[in-house]
Amino acid sequence: MKELKVLAVVVFFTLVTYWGVEPYAHSVMHKNVEEAKFENFQYKDLKAPAKGDPAKGKALVAACVSCHGIKSQGMKAPMDPVAAAQAYGVVPPDLSNAGAVLDEKFIANFIVSPTHAGLVKKSAMPGGMADAQGAADIAAYLKSIAPKEIKPKEAFEFACGRCHAVRYDKWTQIGQTPKTKADIKTGVDLAKMDFEKKVGQYQLKLAGYLGKLPPDLSIIVRARSEEYLKKFVENPQHILHGTAMPRVGVSKEGYEKIYKYLEEVGDPSKPKREAVGPWVIGYFVLFSFLAYLWYKSQWKGLK
Amino acid sequence: MAHFDPNARPFSHQWLNDRLAIDTLKRVLSTEYWIPKNINFLWAMGMVLAATFGVLLISGIFLLMYYIPDTKQAFDSVNHTIMGEVGYGWLWRHMHGVAASVVFLIIYIHMFTGIYYGSYKRGRELIWLSGMLLFVSFSAEAFSGYMLPWGQMSYWAGMVITNLFSLGSLDLQGLVEWIRGDYVPGQAFLGRFFMLHVVLMPLIIMALIVLHFGTLRIPHVNNKDGEEIDFEAEAEKWKAGKRKEAKVIPFNPVFLSKDTFVLGIYFIFYFYLVFYHFEFAMDPVNFDPANPLKTPPHIYPEWYFLWSYEILRPFPKNPGLVAFGFAQVIFFLLPFLDRSPNVAPANRRGVFKFWFWFLLVDMIVLTVMGKVPPMGIYTTIGTVAAWTFIILWILLPFITKAEKPVRGHK
Repeated sequence: MKELKVLAVVVFFTLVTYWGVEPYAHSVMHKNVEEAKFENFQYKDLKAPAKGDPAKGKALVAACVSCHGIKSQGMKAPMDPVAAAQAYGVVPPDLSNAGAVLDEKFIANFIVSPTHAGLVKKSAMPGGMADAQGAADIAAYLKSIAPKEIKPKEAFEFACGRCHAVRYDKWTQIGQTPKTKADIKTGVDLAKMDFEKKVGQYQLKLAGYLGKLPPDLSIIVRARSEEYLKKFVENPQHILHGTAMPRVGVSKEGYEKIYKYLEEVGDPSKPKREAVGPWVIGYFVLFSFLAYLWYKSQWKGLK
Repeated sequence: MAHFDPNARPFSHQWLNDRLAIDTLKRVLSTEYWIPKNINFLWAMGMVLAATFGVLLISGIFLLMYYIPDTKQAFDSVNHTIMGEVGYGWLWRHMHGVAASVVFLIIYIHMFTGIYYGSYKRGRELIWLSGMLLFVSFSAEAFSGYMLPWGQMSYWAGMVITNLFSLGSLDLQGLVEWIRGDYVPGQAFLGRFFMLHVVLMPLIIMALIVLHFGTLRIPHVNNKDGEEIDFEAEAEKWKAGKRKEAKVIPFNPVFLSKDTFVLGIYFIFYFYLVFYHFEFAMDPVNFDPANPLKTPPHIYPEWYFLWSYEILRPFPKNPGLVAFGFAQVIFFLLPFLDRSPNVAPANRRGVFKFWFWFLLVDMIVLTVMGKVPPMGIYTTIGTVAAWTFIILWILLPFITKAEKPVRGHK
């Protein structure tokens, strides 16, 4: 009994120290994150659009495809990523999955004014491409052509992947790193060098457009808390005031997909941890039980 | 001339005994290595530390197979190769990282147990001193290991800590550059800290562990009442079968059975942390690659260095360094600053009882204040706690000199 009291004292001071250096200290250091509002990707500051008509939107989208591709509707991008970056600083996204990842209200507002909806000072996409009703129609059209189910990585590619690389998944801002073969006699791999040059050209333009090269997101789930990431994506200005990162306008479902992808890449051992953990701990519970029996038998009649 | 039995079969008991004296070794090191009976689970912390060091060594060897000490590849070799591509690499890394943190928790428990029961006095001074050398070596090992993933915190902590060697207004930039091998942390810096972490410090630690065990053999371990035990006489009682009367037990198997049980409980706790709560030991900031152009908003050491960091921080540059130096060496002097001949638990030692609990609480306050940003009320609390630490140690000789002899044991 006396030993349990001693243990209680040790545990108490250990927990106080833990509380002080972890939850408490972090709440002080990351006050801005904790206090930042979170509205579950509702974008309450944006006006609700009028009801859109997909059929009218389909006609209006002709204005979009001079820069954007819509592969699922058979419309290819007018320029490759590097050429597009030379022209705009960043490649305009293919809109096939826009309706599956983005919030419809956000799309309608973004078409009218990308800087207003994106909360940034400048945007490669010009504003006023349609009036409020037209924008609502285009948003409804994009929603109508969106696939019902997209893969986590597709959500990431559309919303984040044109500015952020994920090198642990071989993703670059201009797409997946292709498999290439080096010449067996010399070790020279021209196709690889060509691709790397293109990535480099794109990154230079992108950094010029945004002021810096956006970070690689391979292990961002380990470097930032879940709370930080969702609040940052919902409204980058709330967390990093003045950042060049625009509000992307993802929907709640879209964000969950993106996070799933980032977690799969950034924390690949999670399923294995959960599978192995109980066995290891179970082993030591059994070990302790047997050790306890041994201890009791050895100390019998000693006191 | 030793006698070798020519008829002994190779590697038989007799054969080995002639050559290695295994029976004597077993007796001296285990079955007749006497431990007081009057102890609690805190006496198993030495074994827990040895086991944790074993975990660190083994997991470290596995990590060493894939880690690349190159500033361009180190980060990815840890975070991609080991964490994602090597089978169970994540398990070795999390075990290594968590054990590196937990080992300090156990070291502190072990130290405060020693302080509480007065286990650094009356023949046990060298146990304390060799233990303190181990503490310093573990600190160097932990710090050098923290450099290796080459993340933001590795880089900037390396920058800040090596800067301390400029020694304030002495401004010894040459010394700092000599330690780094460069103007700023770079390849030379990573290479030498890698060497320290995987070769030199582990060798030193292993030698010191042997010394620490050695210092224990003659004075024996202390007990809950600080009672002076005649180990020979008590051992005779045990050997005569008076298990109940004898105040001692053999290390093996009696003490070992309890140690093993405590180890089991400890490993449940440890693996719970490894699988479900490892974040505390792996700072998020270090998952951003080292970037010399971008200083992180908060730079802080791992939790086990925070108390001494906080003794440095609230003061101006030069006095801060003096206070920091004071904090580093003062624990070494404990056996000589404690002027009382009493070897007894702190709660029976009058004013020393309060000294002990004040010191413990003060160090926890320093630890927490060492992490929060130095602003407003935190600076005030940190300054007061740093002064309290210094004053407590200055008072120690006076408090203990005036201490009344403790008579009679419960």
